[in-house]
Amino acid sequence: MIERHPMDQLLREDRIPHIWCSGCGLGTSLTAFMSALQDTGISLDNVSVVSGIGCTGRVAGYVKLDSFHTTHGRPIPFAVGLHLANPSLKVVVFSGDGDLIAIGGNHFIHSARRNLDMTIICVNNFNYGMTGGQGGPTTPIGAKTSTTPYGNFEFPFNIPHLAAASGATYVARWTALDARRLRKSIHEALMKRGFSVVEIISPCPTLFGRFNRQGTGLDILNSYREQTVIQHGADPAKVGIEPGGKIIVGKFVDIERPTFLDVVNQGLKGKFGPPVEKPRAEELAIPSVDE
Amino acid sequence: MARTELRFAGFGGQGIIMAGYIVGKAASIYDKKNATLTQSYGPESRGGACSAGVVISDTAVHYPHPVTPSVLVLMSQEACTKFECLLPDNATVLIDEDLVKVSAFNKTSKVYSIPATRMAESLGRKIVANIVMLGFFASVTKLVSFEAMQQAVASTVPPATKQLNLDAFQQGYDYGLKAEPMKLA
Amino acid sequence: MESKGAVLTGEHFISGNEACAEGALAAGCRFFAGYPITPSTEVAEHMAERLPEVGGTFIQMEDELASMNAILGAAWAGAKTMSATSGPGFSLMMENLGLGIMTETPCVLVNIQRGGPSTGLPTLVGQGDMMQARWGSHGPYEIIALSPSSPQEIFDLTIKAFNLSEQFRIPVLIMSDEVVGHMTEKVIIPPADDIKLTPRRTPKVSPEKYLPYDPDEDLVPAMALAGQGYKMHVTGLTHDRKGYPVITEEAQIELVQRLIDKIRKNRDKIIEYHEDQCEGADVIVCSYGISARTSLLPIQLAREEGLKVGLFKPIVVWPFPEERIGQLAAGVKAFVVPEINYGQISLEVERCAHGKAEVIQVPHAGGGIHDPAKVLEAIRRAAK
Repeated sequence: MIERHPMDQLLREDRIPHIWCSGCGLGTSLTAFMSALQDTGISLDNVSVVSGIGCTGRVAGYVKLDSFHTTHGRPIPFAVGLHLANPSLKVVVFSGDGDLIAIGGNHFIHSARRNLDMTIICVNNFNYGMTGGQGGPTTPIGAKTSTTPYGNFEFPFNIPHLAAASGATYVARWTALDARRLRKSIHEALMKRGFSVVEIISPCPTLFGRFNRQGTGLDILNSYREQTVIQHGADPAKVGIEPGGKIIVGKFVDIERPTFLDVVNQGLKGKFGPPVEKPRAEELAIPSVDE
Repeated sequence: MARTELRFAGFGGQGIIMAGYIVGKAASIYDKKNATLTQSYGPESRGGACSAGVVISDTAVHYPHPVTPSVLVLMSQEACTKFECLLPDNATVLIDEDLVKVSAFNKTSKVYSIPATRMAESLGRKIVANIVMLGFFASVTKLVSFEAMQQAVASTVPPATKQLNLDAFQQGYDYGLKAEPMKLA
Repeated sequence: MESKGAVLTGEHFISGNEACAEGALAAGCRFFAGYPITPSTEVAEHMAERLPEVGGTFIQMEDELASMNAILGAAWAGAKTMSATSGPGFSLMMENLGLGIMTETPCVLVNIQRGGPSTGLPTLVGQGDMMQARWGSHGPYEIIALSPSSPQEIFDLTIKAFNLSEQFRIPVLIMSDEVVGHMTEKVIIPPADDIKLTPRRTPKVSPEKYLPYDPDEDLVPAMALAGQGYKMHVTGLTHDRKGYPVITEEAQIELVQRLIDKIRKNRDKIIEYHEDQCEGADVIVCSYGISARTSLLPIQLAREEGLKVGLFKPIVVWPFPEERIGQLAAGVKAFVVPEINYGQISLEVERCAHGKAEVIQVPHAGGGIHDPAKVLEAIRRAAK
């Protein structure tokens, strides 16, 4: 008898093996997410996972949930549509730093500003892995990538600061080494009303790690052990990642703020009765299962 | 009724486009004809020269814009300068006599004048000058029925100002019943 | 405030843009995401006012990229969805129009065309996006696009667009223009019961047996929605019937061939055009949208001169009615094609005429509609 993996009900087994490199932090990140999701007890039928493009963008293809693999940078606005058209869905955006913060940066800040009720899991590996290790919006200054052969000349974004300044209600950062803390944090984020953001610092030994002589995936995880400092409640403005500096992790923001739909419902309260005409049956997509 | 083209012109804020809208609505919804409203759109409708074209016909309106309007309603000198040169012969021109000088018109035009803005001010709200003008338009041109115009005014203006607007319309209408074309020099 | 209901049965004197929004509401649209852009903004403004009255949701997004994605997401959550834009916004939407085509997501996208290229003429008319509608997103695909000539038509065609998008699971484009959008005319809205709506095609099997991209006989697959327990995967990558990405030539051929065929092989159910006196005509004016309307006067004048002139007006522009144009080409001397660009649909007419009839373009750069005299002159030239 073959033993079942505890995550089987959450994985599309027929899609395994996955495409991720050995030593990559995405496996840990996905496990932490699935464990956290199980911990919440949320009905899996109600969960939608939306990804963009990139290594992390492939998450949507492996989870046995309603899952949407959208275009580069656009998982958040796609998720906005899912959420607003059916607010009973639990909508999770799972994507990478390039997808969410560079090409999708505008969507990220504006959805945080509106405080849309969704969870963003952003795996930050400091480069574009899928396309061969180019520099991105979080690449530390001086770091080498395939498009920064003389070292990166650009100042990076500090994702927790960006999220907090834009209005997120929950902001945390962990590394792929902090498996259990990460699981707990994602659990909190999933249960948090509003725009919750969890950044996961993750090794990319094949590209960013190799360009910057960081060693194997295990070596990188070991370096996190030395480099990370847990500082709950740290000022998000002060958690930027400097080359060779400490990586400050922890829960930085956990505040209450009315969500977009709270404000909509408040603003429209008493203005209109229930819709005069209920949508006619044929307008609605009613599942009809007959076998 | 054959295709009839109208042009309303003035400056932004005078309710020029609303005037065109009310005439179009009266003709199409209440008089059961066909009417097409087109308008200047953009920054000019919020301040500068502004105009609305209305084409009325018993049959379908094909070309949507007025080409040679037989009726021109003018509420600013700038609008007059811009549009009067395009007038065909024997057109009807309605002007707010305090805002438009008449000297330059095509001599075949029939020009009718009314102190619409002054009358609106005496009603308490300068903003209804356009509706005074519409009353004047209705009685002078008789292109759209009194009842249709009245209904269109009532169903278009903000409900709180309905009576004021209906009064403005009536005053303009009554003024027009006695109006004679001006003698052009 | 009193709720007015979704279908405002009666006669209204409203603009094309308002009529478009009312058509959407009457078709059951309950989600709109958009970004302000002249000259389409009144569609968004009207939806912002009306959607809350009928229990729908309006959101102004941060740009058109986001707007297009939001309507796709909302469609997968079960809503009938729409966005409206113009010029530069339409260009931005091209990226995720492709996602909608690839994932077979029903939705409606309205383009109130203005003069271009680039920022061009924000407040003035153009018809220069007709080929962009056809080919603007990358990759091979078929699309459905409709072209209204009046506020009444934009109301009617918006409902038709929703129905086609549901029937064929594809984004449907309404390629209108500034003049139709901003023109105000009488629009008759029929009683709700007289408006026929196409329901979404939902799965007839249990989640275990459901294959998201296994087509029915007409090549269109049934669509499960998020939250129904189907746990489907939807991707913009080339995918198999399970919806899983498969990066091979074989998978590409199977999928893309079907996406093409579901429109091409169903073209008889999609194509609609209006013909007036085309049989026996020497010259046919082929025109669409506002240009079809401005052609009516020159056609009438030409007929008064004794010329045998017909009007052929594609109501559905894409897929193009190529068989009918081919048939008509055999009997006429020439087609005259007035459009507010430098030759887009005219090229299509030329292609479909197979050299059997001359095609005379009547181009216009934009900023205004055709001078009837120019169209008349082209008809006279064609009749020689």
